[in-house]
Amino acid sequence: MTTALDILLNGLALGSVYALVALGFVIIFKASGVMNFAQGSLLLLGGYLTAVLHEELGFLPALLLAVAATALVAGLVDRVLLRGMDPRHHHILTIMTIGVDILLLTELARRIGGDLLTLGDPWGNDVLTLAGVTVPTSRVASITVSVLVIGTVFAAFRHTDWGLSLRAASEDQEAAALMGVRLGRVRTLAWALAGALAALAALFLTAFPAPGLERTTGQIALKAFPAAILGGMASPPGALLGSLLIGVTEALAAGYQSELSALGRGLGDVAPYLVMIVVLLVRPHGLLGTKEAVRV
Amino acid sequence: MFGSPPDRGSGDLRVDHLAVRYGRAVTALHDVSLTVPDGGVVALLGANGAGKTTLLRAVSGTLRLYRGAVTAGTVSYAGRPLAGTDPVAAVHAGVVQVPEGRRVFGGMTVEENLRAGGLGRVRRGPAGHRAAARDRVYGLFPRLAERAGQRAGLLSGGEQQMLAIGRALMAWPRLLLLDEPSLGLAPLMVERITDVVREIHAQGTSVLLVEQNAAMALALADHAYVLEVGRVGLAGPAAELARTDRVARLYLGESVDGAPAAPAAGGAGADGAPAAPRAGEGRWAG
Repeated sequence: MTTALDILLNGLALGSVYALVALGFVIIFKASGVMNFAQGSLLLLGGYLTAVLHEELGFLPALLLAVAATALVAGLVDRVLLRGMDPRHHHILTIMTIGVDILLLTELARRIGGDLLTLGDPWGNDVLTLAGVTVPTSRVASITVSVLVIGTVFAAFRHTDWGLSLRAASEDQEAAALMGVRLGRVRTLAWALAGALAALAALFLTAFPAPGLERTTGQIALKAFPAAILGGMASPPGALLGSLLIGVTEALAAGYQSELSALGRGLGDVAPYLVMIVVLLVRPHGLLGTKEAVRV
Repeated sequence: MFGSPPDRGSGDLRVDHLAVRYGRAVTALHDVSLTVPDGGVVALLGANGAGKTTLLRAVSGTLRLYRGAVTAGTVSYAGRPLAGTDPVAAVHAGVVQVPEGRRVFGGMTVEENLRAGGLGRVRRGPAGHRAAARDRVYGLFPRLAERAGQRAGLLSGGEQQMLAIGRALMAWPRLLLLDEPSLGLAPLMVERITDVVREIHAQGTSVLLVEQNAAMALALADHAYVLEVGRVGLAGPAAELARTDRVARLYLGESVDGAPAAPAAGGAGADGAPAAPRAGEGRWAG
């Protein structure tokens, strides 16, 4: 019983971090129709900056600076590299993001080398005991912060001009342009926000019980990707749902690994993709994908 | 009663010797000149592919979305040039287009669609501006007020056309560009839309109306132009044009020699536009 609850909490914590990354995918996709494969390297960049800055600045200033810097880099990727491209050629832009990812990743891997960096978070290896379940404090912090941040982003979709512009642009770019929506600005802001979310996710992915930041940490984005897709790609609530599903599945597969040993080891690593494939077979547009009835 | 639009200076829309090309080869407009006087209603008639929509795109600044460009001539509003490449500048100048096919944001509510319509509005208006604009729209279209919380994709075609017009009014246009508002609507609804356009005009907004429904357009307009394969074929007071044989035969369906002649172009891309104008429709269509 305790293990089950334990695993569930772990899965939710993991899922909430995936959700930060997946939400970044979805925001960029909604703003421009581009799948941003550079999300993993942006995450690594955010983590790396926090790691190298925290000793000098202290944890919180370092984190804030890293989040801001990653947002800036993401915004620049959009402004400098993607802006001049024909916005209708989503596939070309998508492949450009793979190029950006490889460049950033190579440079960061060179700097990190074989090191294991800590981000200087204040939770260390503390644990909390809630209702007989022992959980790392960092997991609780991860869930709490993710819920707050994701809630804020959702509220922004609904209530701010930027959120409305993003949704309008996502539905019909030309109609949005005719309303006087500045598509370029909406898109750059979307990239910046996605970058900020990735940098934040890096913190929780590397905090205890994870060992720290490695050059491979960015690959985590590859798990948030199926989360976004199985949620419906253009649906923020879908991304959240998909992320939690993936997180819990992964935790279950890892937690019951001995019982599942017939399937071989490392089931936790492939579980996200298994879930994605099964969900998409049943619901091709994702859990909350839009195949809405629109009268014409 | 509904507040007044922000004063951006009164003025005419002037299109002077405009030529527009899509890509490298397709010339959609040759040397087109046209004026919408301040406070006027002007109709722009023509068959499929005549260049009506292209002209509107040049005015509203959306040509680039279709890889089109102005190759000669100018567009100006109230004496100031409209660059022709920036829809935001057009909206700020007070020129707002209702796109063909309504194009409401189907996944958003009626109320949110109207909010979206106000996004490009000039900021320096008084605080209650957005509310005043919405009251005006709900005054013109009580049906929209009843359905404020409903998803726009579930409205009927006529209601969507009302919403598309209402959404454009949220930006307080001085000049409203309407692209085929009667398209696909039942005759009764066409009449209803006609009345509303008349009312909007009476409230002080100039109108440039693009239509294939010449009967409707000529009833509304004081002046009309007929585009034929990218050139102005006929122009004059609407009442006079309605009496000419050519217009009667080609656009009012009064068969003189039977065959409703239309330029040979026809069909997809007849505007000279690339064949997939609604960029990425599969994804954007919500």
